[in-house]
Amino acid sequence: MSSINLIGGSRMTRFLMLLPATLWFVILLLLPIAAIVVFSVGERGPAGGFVPAFTLEHYGNLGARWAAFKNTLTLAPLGTFGCLIIAYPLAYFLAIHTSRWKSFLLTLVIIPFWTSFLIRTYAWIYILGGKGLPSFLEFLGFDYMRMLNTPGAITVGIIYGYLPLMVFPIYVTLERLDKRLLEASHDLGAGKIATFFRVTIPLSLPGIITGSMLVFILLMGEFLIPAILGGGKVFFVGNALVDLFLQSRNWPFGAAIAMSLVVLMLITIGVYLKLVGRFHDKQALSAM
Amino acid sequence: MLRAYSTLVYLFLYTPILIVVVFSFTLSKHATSFECCGISWFGKVLENPFMMEALFNSLRIAFVSAIIATVFGTLAVLALNSMRGPMRMVYDALTYAAIIVPGIVIGIATLSALVSAFDIINPWIASVWPTSDAPKLKMGYFSVVAAHSLFTMALVIIIVRTRLESMDQRLVEASYDLYATPRQTFFRVILPYIFPGVISGFLLAFTFSFDDFIIAFFVAGSETTLPIYIFSSIRRGITPEVNAISTIIIAFSLILLFVARALEKKGLAKSGQQ
Repeated sequence: MSSINLIGGSRMTRFLMLLPATLWFVILLLLPIAAIVVFSVGERGPAGGFVPAFTLEHYGNLGARWAAFKNTLTLAPLGTFGCLIIAYPLAYFLAIHTSRWKSFLLTLVIIPFWTSFLIRTYAWIYILGGKGLPSFLEFLGFDYMRMLNTPGAITVGIIYGYLPLMVFPIYVTLERLDKRLLEASHDLGAGKIATFFRVTIPLSLPGIITGSMLVFILLMGEFLIPAILGGGKVFFVGNALVDLFLQSRNWPFGAAIAMSLVVLMLITIGVYLKLVGRFHDKQALSAM
Repeated sequence: MLRAYSTLVYLFLYTPILIVVVFSFTLSKHATSFECCGISWFGKVLENPFMMEALFNSLRIAFVSAIIATVFGTLAVLALNSMRGPMRMVYDALTYAAIIVPGIVIGIATLSALVSAFDIINPWIASVWPTSDAPKLKMGYFSVVAAHSLFTMALVIIIVRTRLESMDQRLVEASYDLYATPRQTFFRVILPYIFPGVISGFLLAFTFSFDDFIIAFFVAGSETTLPIYIFSSIRRGITPEVNAISTIIIAFSLILLFVARALEKKGLAKSGQQ
């Protein structure tokens, strides 16, 4: 398929076919991103808004929203890790143990992902709210425990919301894994546990890394989960951005925060590419 | 043991959704108490003009933005297919960037850019407009459609491209060998082959737009979409009415998902025959 000219048309036809997408990318992606860069070094207008200028003051002032960065950078890794721990055994089960029900069980993982994120998140207000789990635990004899509007509630919301996204990449690597390697390990006298930790997990690392990065990157821009389950007490960077753009209307400062979010994300992707690259080198080495 | 564990994970995945569905059939006035059972709250949803307006807005935005995304995206895939080198890399990078940049940043960026553009364009329109009631561009329906269609166009590009790349090149060669013109080859061989990809791209784009909260929250101006409506009402407390509309949305997304899967299977079966 690689080089054949499908549309058979001239350069002109191809140019015209690419035009709408090109316009969209320029007007709705490149220009807007350029706009936040410009805003982030500008000054705040008297009524909110923005006045052109060149100052790095907003970047110097990032510490004022340190709590939001701190919450994001602690709860996002924690939630990602929680997702991984819960998703891995399920992915393992789906890839290695089932055969007959596989496509049905996989669809069951996809369905929540197609269901509104907002609805799935607010559903937890029922479970974690006063009449849910806390009163059930009280009934069992425990002390009343506040669950809603805590970092714990946000972590649960994160794990719940992003679980399907973690299951898939891990499932795919485990599915492709050569099952004979597991048999070989067994034949060479390794027990089930040794095989799992020394063969299965290392071979599924690409899936683990991809899933974790996907979830982590999406979490850095998260707004809904802290807004709904954190009750305005536990802020993420996303919540700070909504506040700065829609409520307190300090656009230049908000733009500086958005830029730092993008930089953090690019660093994460860089680390990811490096990890994956190193992994491929290792595989290439062991293949020699 | 693994089986028991997996059952627990499935319970974890479905309990919250089931709670919302079950509580939408309550007769009680309060969302937290359950009195069995009736569909009166679904009737209330239909009678709530604000909710219906938000639903209608969301459907309209999802439909129009998905159409734009599908047409622009598919055209781009076809044009890019034979392209290699730095130009191709630029488009690939833009496609991935549109997907990777978090929704919240897309929302903020679009808001900043459009507001700045309107600040320049509006006085200009006013100056050339013959009367004093010149139209003013502002954030609303069109800005949401635009922001959604950018992101979903990138999704469509990836899905349709995957489908096109799985096509056997010999089909096209055979078509030419049998004296089909490029035009006939396109409409009778290539388009039917990629069609399932185009449809699943459209459905994914529609679902994304329909479910999106964060981008619309920034660029919708005074317009309300259904997720924005639901978000602002649950801030005041969950109501059975919100559960009822949520149940409708869940049912609707399930139907869309199964349609997409069925089309995918049909597409696979068809290409298997060829």
